[in-house]
Amino acid sequence: MNLSIIRYILGWVLQFEALFMLCPAVTGLIYREYRAALSFFGVAALCAVIGFLFRRRYPKNDALFLREGFATVALSWFFLSLFGCIPFLLSGDIPNFVDALFETASGFTTTGASILTDVEAVSRAGTFWRCFSHWIGGMGVFMFILAILPLMGGYGMNLMRAESPGPSVGKVLPKVKTTAMVMYGIYIGITVICLICYLISGMPLYDALNTTFGTVGTGGFGIYNSSAGSFTPLQQNMITVFMILSGINYNLYFLLLARKFRKAFSLEEVRCYLIIIVISSLLIAYDIRSLYETVGARLRHAFFQVGSIMTSTGYSTADFDQWPQMSRTILVILMLIGACAGSTGGGFKVSRFLILIKAAKRKLTELIHPNLNKKIYFEGEPLSEEVLSSTNAYTAVYFIVLFGSVLLISLDGFDFTSNFTAVTATLNNIGPGLSAVGPAQSYAGYSIFSKCVLIFDMLAGRLELFPVLILFMPSCWKKY
Amino acid sequence: MKIIIVGIGMVGYTLVERLSSEKHDIVVVDEDEERIRSVSDEFDCMGVIGNGGDFKVLVRADVEKTDLLIAVTESDEQNLLCCIMARRFENCRVIARVRNPIYTTEIGFLRRELGLSMVINPENIAAQEMARIIQYPPSIRIDTFTRGRIELMHLAIEENNLLNGFRIREIRQKLKCRVLICIVTRGEKVFVPGVDEMLLAGDKIVVAATPAEANDFFEKIGVHYEHTKSVMIVGGGRTGYYLGKRLVEIGIHTKIIEQDKNRCDELTELLPQAEIIHGDGTNEKLLVQEGIAHVDAFAALTGMDEENVFMSLAVKNHGKARTITKIKRISYTEVINKMELDAVVFPRMLTADYITKYAASMTRNVESGVENIFPLEEGRAEAYEFFVREASDVTDTPICELKIKPDLLLCSITRNGRLIIPTGDDEIRVGDAVIAITTRSEFNDIKDIVRR
Repeated sequence: MNLSIIRYILGWVLQFEALFMLCPAVTGLIYREYRAALSFFGVAALCAVIGFLFRRRYPKNDALFLREGFATVALSWFFLSLFGCIPFLLSGDIPNFVDALFETASGFTTTGASILTDVEAVSRAGTFWRCFSHWIGGMGVFMFILAILPLMGGYGMNLMRAESPGPSVGKVLPKVKTTAMVMYGIYIGITVICLICYLISGMPLYDALNTTFGTVGTGGFGIYNSSAGSFTPLQQNMITVFMILSGINYNLYFLLLARKFRKAFSLEEVRCYLIIIVISSLLIAYDIRSLYETVGARLRHAFFQVGSIMTSTGYSTADFDQWPQMSRTILVILMLIGACAGSTGGGFKVSRFLILIKAAKRKLTELIHPNLNKKIYFEGEPLSEEVLSSTNAYTAVYFIVLFGSVLLISLDGFDFTSNFTAVTATLNNIGPGLSAVGPAQSYAGYSIFSKCVLIFDMLAGRLELFPVLILFMPSCWKKY
Repeated sequence: MKIIIVGIGMVGYTLVERLSSEKHDIVVVDEDEERIRSVSDEFDCMGVIGNGGDFKVLVRADVEKTDLLIAVTESDEQNLLCCIMARRFENCRVIARVRNPIYTTEIGFLRRELGLSMVINPENIAAQEMARIIQYPPSIRIDTFTRGRIELMHLAIEENNLLNGFRIREIRQKLKCRVLICIVTRGEKVFVPGVDEMLLAGDKIVVAATPAEANDFFEKIGVHYEHTKSVMIVGGGRTGYYLGKRLVEIGIHTKIIEQDKNRCDELTELLPQAEIIHGDGTNEKLLVQEGIAHVDAFAALTGMDEENVFMSLAVKNHGKARTITKIKRISYTEVINKMELDAVVFPRMLTADYITKYAASMTRNVESGVENIFPLEEGRAEAYEFFVREASDVTDTPICELKIKPDLLLCSITRNGRLIIPTGDDEIRVGDAVIAITTRSEFNDIKDIVRR
């Protein structure tokens, strides 16, 4: 493990965090929240100085192999959350350290799970930072850094691979830098369009900005206690549309921009994703017919909730914990499936789900024709056995982490539904679960230990397990 | 610039390494998934798995928007096919590696018919480099151009040099050599000399000549060096053949030792003037017996790097021969350079250098009619290569009748694979490749050489 290059890159990450923190600091100044503004400015300066010290000396050996890439990304996300939570402590918004860390990690990982019982009591600067962290975390910090910095040749790919979601991470353009720039360009484009739409619909600028960050980054921190419930039906529908758009594989937008329409519309994963959304929404709309009077309201709530859960955003227009059993079950299944690979959304990813189903189908066919030689095709191309085996490994690890975490937090004595959905909602970066962690509740009830487990789940889930888990392998830290 | 590299062998790998670090967008194409993965892991490039001769694969590699395609797979035929496919898009220039000597003889035709910008033959390039090492003393620096037929020799004129006080026009008359003085560097000034310019001691000149003429010229002007008269080559493979051929052409006594009987027979037919010895060159006794102590230069060109190194080291113990060692692998360059070998030639590196140079010159002139630009004298002068594709004012007229711009010199014409160092009586014809040297840089087309 080449520790000096990790130190150097961490330096960059911290300096960028300092830059990001200036935004809430300025917000604090605008709303005359001087204590909050001061704490943000202070921590920004702290990050800048530590970052400067970290990257003052360029490492002699700048080789960054896959394991260094994974470790760097995992550590960076941890440090981002660690430093990001200090302003909450200083400004008094969240006095408890673990709570603050939970909230910040939840922000960066675009989870949107909160320990706050009264969101509206937080300072405006603090709320802005919570939502802005969704936006930073949505496309990824390293995507941002790779797009801006002329970072070392081919090594950039090792960072991108660790951060980007999906079973096989590829570049849409030959260069890492241009790929990152294009992706961020699309991201910013969607953000701006989303913001303009919200403003037109009549949201005040502050609300529109925060909601945009939460929507496009598929985060889900609400700025009101009722989450998205207090918005007008039109605004809720807009949020639904933009959530679903953000959960789509960004390659689609790239293909559209490159005018490869045929290829864009034949993306298997995106089609499957949209089909799942439509079918589950219609089922839920039927299931909740007794709760809402008009068909429009049923569809609006169903689509909003399905979009919110599937894309791992986690906004809510209604307390879906009160909905009938089938709707709740569908939502839990959607939590486990998640959004598309290569999007800002989290979860297990539709593409993995598709690959597993195809692999299972092949296995079944092989039982009938034992000597059959069959390849799995995904997105029109034969899927390499390596991607398949790593998908299998991912699935195994995913469930081990899932049930391990459920076991650990069961010590707190909540019912199984709460524990299971709490872990599912954090590991898949969704936010609200059911029962004790439902949309009307918060994570405040869990013990410090359980919160730490859930923080781990959020980070592991956002980075797709392996980068975080590799830190726990002793051999990863050895020099040879 | 967007570049597609087809075939990730050793040359392909070196090319990706060089070109990806130079801001080019690289797409690599290979049938081997494993190779694609390892190369795209290591460098900033994109991989496409498939056969480069498959048009669909090329489309996936976005050949439409590509400026340059380099085909360097193991197979000559696949390389050529791949280039034909890529030529379906007009703006994509193509370079193919063709190594089979059978094709090499008709390379001019292939290039024209298939619209190839460059055909590259690693063995030939290596042989050319070796011939240069053998032929010229280290005091003369040599630049070669694209296809290596023309060599520009950089030479400093010293006090006792015959050229001191010569006028340019007198060179042809008095020395009877067909050479051209292209550029003179005098102090800070760099210029293309007119016919009445007088050369002075202290000038640095750039001379264009064919290899055979060059030898003659150096001898006449009295550049003193140990003239190489005899060379021993171990290994009669392609490189050995090309080298032998070059050496025989300039009248150097050449002895090739080859292990394989059949190959010996072939070589005897191909190179009647050379002495072909059937035997194991790694056997020191044989080398001694064949007179290793008395040859001026020795080239170890077997397929085994280790054997080549050991042979060269052994030869150093036996006589005064300058050794040339061919090394295939480029992994242990540092170690090899530390050894006491006189000259080491890495064919793959040379090939990659060659193509990289071309790509570098291409970035500057993607849209113009200029085929190639080479900087000379630290960029203060440039050599432009044009292809004459259509008849115009400048074609089929003796050069002396054209009003050629000052500061410009036509330095060579390649016609049907033959190099001509032009005099006033020569003319440019359609199909020629023309190299013009100038200290200005405002050329887009062959027609720009004349005054308007």
